Amino acid sequence: MLFLKDRGFQHPAASEITPRTVYEQRRRLLQLMAAGSGGLAMAGWAARDAMAQIPRPNKLAALPGARSTVPGATTMEKLTAYTDVTTYNNYYEFGTDKSDPARAAGSLKTRPWTVAVEGEVKKPRTFDIEELLKLAPMEERVYRLRCVEGWSMVIPWVGYSLSELIKRVEPTGNAKFVEFVTLADKKQMPELGSHVLSWPYVEGLRLDEAMNPLTLLAFGLYGEVLPNQNGAPIRLAVPWKYGFKSGKSIVKIRFTEKQPATSWNHAAASEYGFYSNVNPNVDHPRWSQAKERRIGEDGLFAKKRATLMFNGYEAQVGQLYAGMDLKKLY
Amino acid sequence: MPSAVPQAAPPAAAPARRKPLLLHPAAKVLLFVAALLPLAWYVWGAVANTLGANPAEALIRGMGDWTLRFLCLTLAVTPVRQWTNTPALARFRRMLGLFAFFYGCLHFLCYAWLDKDLLLSDILPDIAKRPFILVGTLSLLLMLPLAATSFNRAIKALGAPRWQRLHRLVYVTVLLALLHFFWMRAGKNNFAEVGVYAAIVAVLLGWRVVNALRRKRATA
Repeated sequence: MLFLKDRGFQHPAASEITPRTVYEQRRRLLQLMAAGSGGLAMAGWAARDAMAQIPRPNKLAALPGARSTVPGATTMEKLTAYTDVTTYNNYYEFGTDKSDPARAAGSLKTRPWTVAVEGEVKKPRTFDIEELLKLAPMEERVYRLRCVEGWSMVIPWVGYSLSELIKRVEPTGNAKFVEFVTLADKKQMPELGSHVLSWPYVEGLRLDEAMNPLTLLAFGLYGEVLPNQNGAPIRLAVPWKYGFKSGKSIVKIRFTEKQPATSWNHAAASEYGFYSNVNPNVDHPRWSQAKERRIGEDGLFAKKRATLMFNGYEAQVGQLYAGMDLKKLY
Repeated sequence: MPSAVPQAAPPAAAPARRKPLLLHPAAKVLLFVAALLPLAWYVWGAVANTLGANPAEALIRGMGDWTLRFLCLTLAVTPVRQWTNTPALARFRRMLGLFAFFYGCLHFLCYAWLDKDLLLSDILPDIAKRPFILVGTLSLLLMLPLAATSFNRAIKALGAPRWQRLHRLVYVTVLLALLHFFWMRAGKNNFAEVGVYAAIVAVLLGWRVVNALRRKRATA
């Protein structure tokens, strides 16, 4: 008998899988051809790549993106419903209840908006949001999002790799980390008076993490601009880390030599490390990280699913942590 | 606290104008139905899918909230009875206490089922490993002897003083439940709600401490 060592879920590279939408379209194509309307169907097929494949909810301004070619950028899993993605949010500047942000974030003004890029860079400058929107071609990426609280979603983001921005400001040799500062404006954010966290919300990445092509500067989701509660007008999406690493409504990006002091790490260092990579083997002190609940999946009694190492992005980012003790550097 | 013995005060002791309402036979039935309303609301929500994006979490938390609320209501009976001079209120305390236990059991069941798929191999290590789960479980277990001795014959069998001493466990229960809630929220430094419950419990228990001290001074 041959015993294979269980290495957990061996996921294929995303590029090797046919996207659900594509194979469904193929089936439809066959059906249509069988029905004798092949010509019409072919027109739609030809337009496939030019069009966003995910139906727009038609709530906000359109922000289409071409399907990303970055390896791992498009998971084939079922998308979490737009309603759930936009009503179940952690954005403490608008309240600590998951339903608070959707209700209260209307007061956030996303224009005018600028992002200051400074610190250890050769070309520090302030970008206007309109400028950032045109900085690189928009891509659609379908990422798993795993919250440290033990739930997860699958979200079609629109944006481009953060590295596109980083390349343009030319980090100096001293730049080892990138700090992201998010908006803290009492006039627009009703809960800034609370002492849940010290504001502004600050997060950070190591420079090589920030340069990884999966690290996404997101401007939209579901083919439209970001709703305020999801971090409009510009946020980060770092799919192999717990959700809180991806700061919302970013106003400043600083390149530093030292590891930034991040908000959650500052609030409870024993619970939220700097790295916060999704890791089923390292429990949060108050709950296991081995499993997660996929939001909106198969009703109340759906079993939780096993959490994947690096949230399933090990093939793409595992090498960033070679030789590191992830139990200590959690 | 001799006043806490649950033998209903004789009807004659109640002020005449309050007597018809609180002593009406339907009063307990009404309370029973009212106490089931939160459960009905959550069951309906689960069926109609109106509990938001994470119904499992909503159910677990909702049942926990109501456990704490019923514990507070139970503890409020005696002080409110004395402040308002309404001895008839004592009739409702047992039912409120039993509903606290009922919602506590549902809270645990929801956690065990929806969060842990009823796997003992997941539940037991979770209890052992995480202080806030352990404290919550202890709080529920402490209610067990109280619920088990809540009927009249148990009071007689134990004798009122002993029964009463046993039922002071409810003070430990509510403090552990509060600690459980506090710890649950501690990771996010989100104590607003915990603070409200802590204030209520502080008043309800503080009143008892002050009373006990006064009585001690009076007898000394």
